Amino acid sequence: MNSNSLVSIDDITKDEILRLLQQARYFEEHPNQKILDGRVVATLFFEPSTRTRLSFETAVNRLGGRIIGFSDANTSSSSKGETLKDTIIMVSNYVDLIIMRHYLEGAARYATEVTDTPILNAGDGANQHPSQTMLDLYSIYKTQGRLDNLTITMVGDLKYGRTVHSLLMALRHFNPTFRFVACDELRMPREYIRFCDEQGIPYTEHRDFSDLVINSTDILYMTRVQRERFTDIMEYERVKDLYTLRNSMLDNSRPNLRVLHPLPRINEINQDVDDNPKAYYFQQAKNGLFMRQALICRALGIEVPTNNDTEKA
Amino acid sequence: MTTDKTELAVAALRNGTVIDHIPSPVLFKVVRMLGIEKMDNHVTIGNNLDSAKLGTKGIIKVADVEFPESLLNRIAIIAPGAKINVIRDYEVVEKRPVRLPDTIIGLVQCPNPKCITNNEPMRTRFIVTDRSPVKLRCDYCGHTVESTNAKIL
Repeated sequence: MNSNSLVSIDDITKDEILRLLQQARYFEEHPNQKILDGRVVATLFFEPSTRTRLSFETAVNRLGGRIIGFSDANTSSSSKGETLKDTIIMVSNYVDLIIMRHYLEGAARYATEVTDTPILNAGDGANQHPSQTMLDLYSIYKTQGRLDNLTITMVGDLKYGRTVHSLLMALRHFNPTFRFVACDELRMPREYIRFCDEQGIPYTEHRDFSDLVINSTDILYMTRVQRERFTDIMEYERVKDLYTLRNSMLDNSRPNLRVLHPLPRINEINQDVDDNPKAYYFQQAKNGLFMRQALICRALGIEVPTNNDTEKA
Repeated sequence: MTTDKTELAVAALRNGTVIDHIPSPVLFKVVRMLGIEKMDNHVTIGNNLDSAKLGTKGIIKVADVEFPESLLNRIAIIAPGAKINVIRDYEVVEKRPVRLPDTIIGLVQCPNPKCITNNEPMRTRFIVTDRSPVKLRCDYCGHTVESTNAKIL
């Protein structure tokens, strides 16, 4: 077990979140560094996720590290029936850091238990995807200038969407107000509602994606409503367009409002929103690169100068 | 009277362990957890006996065996009010409640088919999040299960 491993967003304290935001900002201003010179990083993608893999691999490349790995379990020995444990131990012999994505929940936690090489969880099934949450936080921080005292509206699939659950947990440190907009089938699970109650976090739940909600929001976090989540296809057909954002719906929104989405989006954000300066989802993805550079350095125990340090120096 | 007979039956054990105050519906789960089915010792099992506390209860008496405490504590997952009586030479030399540990290792199956523990040759690990009723959270995938619904490995 390596204590620099990152499996869940809960592994990161509030102070660490704030430090990582500064480090991401530093990498945004100085993206090309040789701080991983001589290091080898494995990207083990037991399930394909091109977007996340390219982001992590670009982060390693821009820091001057080298990469080995696979992008699909079919090309690895797990297709021959090798256990995850054996694969992790074998790869640990070669590399300084393992970035892994797996279709099974809890896979990353288990991987940390079989090796001393640090593990960075790039998503384990529907469970955790901490680098996504960190890039969401960085995007919120960049667009709002702070994380504290914001109203965050989450829209769409709040039941199965792991990004909204992790974001909710991470924002608990920052005195948020939440608005949850979803149909009955995809409401925020009871355990998270209870969590808000216990933590004294104010929230409201809405079935209607109304102007009232949008116009009192700082961050509009959209998610995809997936057909396969519905037991009743009629219900899906009925609700699928109710949670689509159109440009005209932003007419009277706050000037600081930004629209976030973990991507890929299908039709929950209309194309006509893309040109609105409040649309932020593509920059959000780009922010992921800088945050992942910071997370890779954290996992390897590498000190990163922050802009505050450079200013002092 | 039934009560007298029960007490008499307990007292009749010369050496061994009596596990009392087991809720009737989980009695046979407890039997299985302790591996009693595979034992050669004298075993007496009573179920649906009158109990002031539980309504009905189950009781297990195993002759000439003293179970390790860690094993007995595992039954607290499904029978948190169970009492252990250790008998030596017809005397109850020790009487104690079972104690639910904070972490349960290798005992409960995770209800999530996509959990790593159901797909790798490894032990499960659950954190006790509530004690009454007992609720467990898988330390790998985060799924929660009420102990009464838990599948015992």
